[in-house]
Amino acid sequence: MIRFMHVSKEYARGGLALDDVSFHIAKGEFAFLTGPSGAGKSTILKLVYMEEFPTEGDVRVAGVHAATIRRAEIAQLRRKLGVVFQDFRLLEERTAAQNIAFALEVTDAPRATIATKVSRLLTQVGLSSKANALPRELSGGEQQRVAIARALVNDPFVLIADEPTGNLDDRATRGVFQLLRDINAAGTAVLMATHNLELVRRSDYRVIEINRGQLVYDSAEAAADAAVDRSTPA
Amino acid sequence: MRLTLRETLLAFRRAPLLSALSVMTIAFSLFSLGLFVLVAVNIRDALQQVEERVEIRAYIADGTPVEALAAALGDIGAFPEVARAEGISQEGALERARAELGEFRDVFDAAFLPASIEVRLKPGFRDPETVSAVAARIRTYPFVDDVRFGEEWVRKLYNIRNLATAAGIILGVAFAAVAIIIIGATIRMAVLARGREISIMRLVGATDGFIRRPFLLEGLAKGVLGGILALALTYFAHSLISRTLVATRFFDERIILAGVAFGALIGLLGSAVSVGRHLRRV
Repeated sequence: MIRFMHVSKEYARGGLALDDVSFHIAKGEFAFLTGPSGAGKSTILKLVYMEEFPTEGDVRVAGVHAATIRRAEIAQLRRKLGVVFQDFRLLEERTAAQNIAFALEVTDAPRATIATKVSRLLTQVGLSSKANALPRELSGGEQQRVAIARALVNDPFVLIADEPTGNLDDRATRGVFQLLRDINAAGTAVLMATHNLELVRRSDYRVIEINRGQLVYDSAEAAADAAVDRSTPA
Repeated sequence: MRLTLRETLLAFRRAPLLSALSVMTIAFSLFSLGLFVLVAVNIRDALQQVEERVEIRAYIADGTPVEALAAALGDIGAFPEVARAEGISQEGALERARAELGEFRDVFDAAFLPASIEVRLKPGFRDPETVSAVAARIRTYPFVDDVRFGEEWVRKLYNIRNLATAAGIILGVAFAAVAIIIIGATIRMAVLARGREISIMRLVGATDGFIRRPFLLEGLAKGVLGGILALALTYFAHSLISRTLVATRFFDERIILAGVAFGALIGLLGSAVSVGRHLRRV
């Protein structure tokens, strides 16, 4: 569903951000992307939602190749995936409900559908009482919930989260993380970049670790290797 | 379309000061252009009035038969360059001279002034070369004594007109360029102020066309509003000048429409360029 094949990314200014990275994320999977700041986590996410393109290798997302995608198709792709950020990126002048509705309006969805869907999503993220609040009237955790609801509005196959708890206190972090788990349990894949190791340790989801642009650890591969080791007599 | 309209109105409502500022900037840029065009139009009018006085006068020998004169008048009137050819008898010439000279009216008697043919040329044929050519052709009639057309004067007038036209075009283009640059910068500012919004729109899967539309409508609306405001300012300046300095003519409908259309066009193009440039970067 998301496949990186020997992907390298070099920025014109800033040098090599990714160096020969390969991995595959299956449908419905939950994977952490960890590593120190500047390791290349955000670059990987940008390559997934095609804000950036690989210098070498290929990225395939939902059957679309980064090498051949046209600009007009990028908009279509983004409707099939949801993205949330550390800084929420909500439209400041619009209410929570309007922010969520906006992502549907750009797809020319009918008005009746929008209203129903927005109210269902607000309930799902636990904010039905804050529908008409502006982002600045909401706490960080609440703003991130609105951002998550917006990301889910087009029923994406994957939710991409770039340090979604980076700006949140412990309580809000736990709440947002639980929401992501629920979303994953309902069938949506989640790819979450974080350097909150506490969060990573407490769950048994797949972990992909990046350091200086290279993939240094992938728990899925480690498990596969261990299985091979066990089945091979010494 | 409903959504585009809503987004456009929202943009005006959310940043009323910035919107008002860009409309004012557009208005004043177009106002300075409008003032220049006002001056240019009035100078052109004045020159045209002077130009209409370009005439060729052919003096007729005494005793020329009336039939020959009438035939010549018909001929000359049919020249492609000629607007009107008029015969003036000795008596007519005397009467006119008396009327024009007022207190010196008694110094003339009929015999002193010859009969003549007065020729006026069509617009576009009043340059020195054409005037000379027509004069030379009239001179070939045997009963024409002399042909005068104030050669020096025609030449000078023609030079002034060319100078005024050249200055008008150069200054007009310069004024228009300045207006375009200022308006472009203003609209670019408005687009940049909403850069975050544009990147969020891209993120949730808005197509370039969807993002562009409200900006184009906004640019168009600002251009039209600025154009109308500039027109009002120019009209105010015109009436002030007319009342205190010199009577001037205001624009005709064609120029008024062209002015507002120019504002709309700059608004639209400025937005298209700014948004396009911005979209290529996100």
